[in-house]
Amino acid sequence: MDALQNLGLWGSILIAVILSALPIIFILLYALVTLYLEMKVAAHMQDRLAYMRTGWHGTLQPFADILKLLQKEDTISSEADKKLFILAPYIVFMGTYAGFAAIPFSSMYIGSNIDLGAFFIVAVSSLVVIGILMGGWASNNKWSIFGAMRSAAQMVSYEIPTALAILIAVMITGSLNLQDVTKFQEGGIQNWVVFGGTLPLAQKLLLIPFTVVTFLILFTASLAEVNRTPFDLPEAESELVQGFNTEYSGMRFAMFYLAEYANMFLVSAVAVSLFLGGWSSPFGSLMSGPIWGLFWFIAKGMVLVFLQIWIRWTLPRLRVDQLMYTSWKVLTPFLFVCIFGVGLILVL
Amino acid sequence: MSAVRVYFHTIWLAVSTVAIGMKITFKHLFVPAVTVQYPDVKLKLPERARNRLYVNIDDCIGCDQCSMACPVDCIIIETIKSTPDQDLGTTSTGHKKRLHIPRFDIDIAKCCYCGLCVPPCPTECIVMTDVFEFSEFDRQNLIYNFSIMTPQDIEVAKEKLKKAEEEAAAKKAAAAAAAAAAKASAAAQPPPPAATTAPPPKPEVSTPGQDPQPGTSTAPSPESPEKP
Repeated sequence: MDALQNLGLWGSILIAVILSALPIIFILLYALVTLYLEMKVAAHMQDRLAYMRTGWHGTLQPFADILKLLQKEDTISSEADKKLFILAPYIVFMGTYAGFAAIPFSSMYIGSNIDLGAFFIVAVSSLVVIGILMGGWASNNKWSIFGAMRSAAQMVSYEIPTALAILIAVMITGSLNLQDVTKFQEGGIQNWVVFGGTLPLAQKLLLIPFTVVTFLILFTASLAEVNRTPFDLPEAESELVQGFNTEYSGMRFAMFYLAEYANMFLVSAVAVSLFLGGWSSPFGSLMSGPIWGLFWFIAKGMVLVFLQIWIRWTLPRLRVDQLMYTSWKVLTPFLFVCIFGVGLILVL
Repeated sequence: MSAVRVYFHTIWLAVSTVAIGMKITFKHLFVPAVTVQYPDVKLKLPERARNRLYVNIDDCIGCDQCSMACPVDCIIIETIKSTPDQDLGTTSTGHKKRLHIPRFDIDIAKCCYCGLCVPPCPTECIVMTDVFEFSEFDRQNLIYNFSIMTPQDIEVAKEKLKKAEEEAAAKKAAAAAAAAAAKASAAAQPPPPAATTAPPPKPEVSTPGQDPQPGTSTAPSPESPEKP
């Protein structure tokens, strides 16, 4: 920070812009990889091969897809609310991207080292709901509005298990700052919050059942928050065409898509930071350091993203009532029990 | 009490079945693909697959049976009779060719691939192949012309036929004139005129009538060993 002050106002603004642009570079690269990974994993799980004709095993396909989206006609239906229609994809992406500000990618890099990091992410990613509702409403299309309504209902109800699960991790680590949370878990795989964190052994062993359940619930809830199968009711192709982004085409559609993929990594990153040791190496001091930290963080995040893809190609879509049942009657009560249990263990 | 059990049992089922499903999909991640990379690798079609029609025009005798069998009328055949002085050769099955085929068009865009044209062919010259990749940008290109006759050939054949017909007509006229003369000369004798007038036309009709009957032309089968 001292170095930044020496550069003067404009210099520090420039540095801030560069630093804040780093995650978007990561998101773009990551989206390319995930786009490819998703299709390949999907195909191989169904004994197919997917793209084989664009480059070696279709590795150039994501670029071809982007090129296609860039060339597509950008349509806005005449009955749409133009201002909101145009604004919606950016709001969705903004809500997701803002969340990346508090994500510690490495011990050296965190967009904003704020004390309320975890809380900030939960709060700001709720903007996504507004964007989706906006897009669905502005499209003036019954499928879009159905998708948007479902999305809003789903995301609002799954915010609660997500927030409660994050609360449990915060209770154990004693901080909302994700950088501090990660530092708490340094020193190897046994110190991860999912395995009880750096607490006395007796407490750790008692905590493990609660933390594992909490982690699974957080993962499930995060699936619902990013509208992924089996919770992809807002985009249910077979019922709602494409849900809230039915009317979108070209780059605006690509924006929604990018936001969805970015959101997938965001929720994985939160789960990694809180439960899986963030950027800390699973082998203690071996292979640790800022660069290795970045590697471990992205690797762990990608494992969770792969898990999301894996689940997508395994499970069918839930019914609306099942979705609500899962959230309110299963995940939330289980988390209350976990909070009570964890609190009791920590006090003792 | 049972409601609580049902609640926990449902949760257990949800978790365990998800695990089972994920195990299956993970196993399939390493199963070799069952699909074929189509344009590079092609599956072998069944032996009797019905796809693009092919006509071996050298073997065609112009009998028009395939065209008549076609339910969508996609085969159009035009023929010109050959004159007795022309030898069109025989087919590989030993049928004598008696007709020029200036036009043998198959509109493959209309074809419904029923294969009904194949069995009636007496020389087995129309067959269904295993070629199925023949899309075109212009629909006109889907009308296949199988005739190998050039416009000049057609002209020549037509002219020859015309000449032969004229000759035949002249002969007929001469015969008719002769018959009329005979009739006139025999006008004096009343009882047998009906008997004398009737026979002359009969042989006249029978000579050109031989041509369009391929079924009856099994007689020249001794010629077939000579051909190959």
